[in-house]
Amino acid sequence: MNSLAKIVKYSFYDILRSWWVLLYGLFFLAITSTLLYFSGDFTKSLVSLLNVVLLLVPLISTVFGTMYFYNSREFTELLLAQPIKRSHIFLGQYLGLTISLMLSFCLGIGLAFVVYAGTLEQSSHLFMLMLCGSLLTAIFTIVAFLVSVCFEDKIKGFGIAILIWLCAAVIYDGLFLAFLVVFNDYPLEKASVGITLFNPIDLSRILILLRLETAALLGYTGAVFEKFFGTMQGTLISFTALVLWIILPLILFIRKVSHKDF
Amino acid sequence: MEMLTNTYSHFIQHKHTHNFSVGVVAALLSKTVCMLSILLIVTYQLTYAQTLEVRKTGPIQSIKKAIQLAQPHDTISIREGIYLESEIIIDKPLTIIGRNNPVIDGQLTGEIITIQADSVVLEGVTLQNVKTSAIKDYAAVRISRSKHCTIRNNHIKNAFFGIYLEKADSCRVQNNRIHSQAKMESTSGNGIHVWYCNTMLIEGNQVSGHRDGIYFEFVSGSKISGNTSTLNLRYGLHFMFSNGNEYRKNHFIKNGSGVAVMYAKEIVMEENTFENNWGAAAYGILLKDITDSRIEKNRFVQNTVGIHAEGTNRTLIQHNEFSQNGWALRMMGSCEDLRFENNNFISNTFEVATSNNYTSSNTFTGNYWSSYTGYDLDKDGVGDVAHKPVKLFTYLMEDVPTSMVLIRSLFIDLLELAEKVAPVLTPTNVQDTQPSIHLNHW
Repeated sequence: MNSLAKIVKYSFYDILRSWWVLLYGLFFLAITSTLLYFSGDFTKSLVSLLNVVLLLVPLISTVFGTMYFYNSREFTELLLAQPIKRSHIFLGQYLGLTISLMLSFCLGIGLAFVVYAGTLEQSSHLFMLMLCGSLLTAIFTIVAFLVSVCFEDKIKGFGIAILIWLCAAVIYDGLFLAFLVVFNDYPLEKASVGITLFNPIDLSRILILLRLETAALLGYTGAVFEKFFGTMQGTLISFTALVLWIILPLILFIRKVSHKDF
Repeated sequence: MEMLTNTYSHFIQHKHTHNFSVGVVAALLSKTVCMLSILLIVTYQLTYAQTLEVRKTGPIQSIKKAIQLAQPHDTISIREGIYLESEIIIDKPLTIIGRNNPVIDGQLTGEIITIQADSVVLEGVTLQNVKTSAIKDYAAVRISRSKHCTIRNNHIKNAFFGIYLEKADSCRVQNNRIHSQAKMESTSGNGIHVWYCNTMLIEGNQVSGHRDGIYFEFVSGSKISGNTSTLNLRYGLHFMFSNGNEYRKNHFIKNGSGVAVMYAKEIVMEENTFENNWGAAAYGILLKDITDSRIEKNRFVQNTVGIHAEGTNRTLIQHNEFSQNGWALRMMGSCEDLRFENNNFISNTFEVATSNNYTSSNTFTGNYWSSYTGYDLDKDGVGDVAHKPVKLFTYLMEDVPTSMVLIRSLFIDLLELAEKVAPVLTPTNVQDTQPSIHLNHW
């Protein structure tokens, strides 16, 4: 455990020293405070912030993940020569990156909100956004790590990681829409709840939108969603789905690295 | 006058002149008598129309007794205090005035005041606690088959129905405050309920916490103005089968479903504010089967749907402001000859949605659209490119309502971007060919 903590600590400081993560946090600080101060309407700025978070957090996590994994390859090889458990090395690197990304994301948004001094209800909405953003960071970082370990070629790995992000962010929704149009004659509300559960970005979006006034626009579909996600059980299921998105790739990743010949 | 007549009828027979003058005197006399008798009647009225005072410590301690004692056209003045009375029936023309805010408490037993006579005035009293019933519509004040009654400056609290007018004519309901705490639609009544009436004036009232704030059914030639109807369970104003009415300068805020105007002709709606009617089944205003009407200078702010129109024909919609609504406008295919002129559409999530059987016979001209991305080369204030307010996603959504779950997703944003790059993607069933570049002012 000690070796794991040491590696996490090392990766964490290593990443902080590169300034990129700091910039990432500063970006969120700037955008959150701009939205909160200049729009005047909390809900509106939260919706805009949601758009930014859902676009940027997965993308940046993917890019950072692949870059970090490929760039620290030499150091990884050095570590592999030491008497340390393999899983500790890779888990440590993953946790170091994820924690630093999460931290700067949450600090960026959180600081802006603390200065803005919103109400309790607003802070619960914002907390939800931070939670979803953090989970997305963890998900897309591990996906990026998994892809990087599968492909020796840097460019190929990078391309495929981006493709996965593109699938989750855009293509999935396009196929979803096509599915809804094709099977329009059937009652699709429950099916669409199911489809949403499989995409972490869609799931985060719905989880936050349902808490806001925008939910009224969803009409009957919204009522079905509300009925599912509004319950304790639905919330549990959706967070389980998000956590599964971390755990499953993580297991695959650990298994892959423990058998990989470096 | 006799002299004049004499001079002129110099050659006419004396007898004739005499007869003529007698006639004039007689006419004058009868006129005087007539005047005198009118004066007498008036003085009689003045002398004998008394004021009865109802006072907790006086000779008349109950309102019912005062009504029993009163002659028609008397005034009953109710002094301060709480009067535990209900089922008060006013069957003669009386003026009832509350002094120092007396309270009539119905103790949840039934109706408080029923007016069955013409020209009754009820003013300045607080009426509270009316029984809720599933069988009878108990009201704080009911005007039944009467004319020229006035209900003003009263405060009605915790009533099933507030003011109930049935088959009444030319009555005024002014400046009343009607508040209740309705929980369920099935166990609550309307604030001001008007049924089968003519030429009513509903003015300056504040209604909240009822089922419908103001309810109109089979009413004609009436005015609703300056009222505020908020936080009602269903509609702020519910309006049916009522032709030739107008409503002006009312505020309908945070009602469960907004305002519904249905099955009516020749309605004028001006300078009203429809605000914050937000919910899965809420509208700023629901128009159903409305013909030959005018909707002008209203403000629709933060409603799920600004105007939802179904079967609405030959109506002019101009100088309205639609801002921050989910949909500014939703039109079904059954709408024809609607003219949308010089309205402002500002930051609505969706501007116009139409059902997919929509064929355009409605026209949009000179509206300002905040999402307009065209240009105005000749600087005449009119955009050179037509604005198409129905976007691809809006169009799809009417067909596949479930696709709404994709709102605010990156895919939909990209779809909108694609429409900007390739305008051919945007449906053209609704177009404003002369969009205004600047906000319209009126």
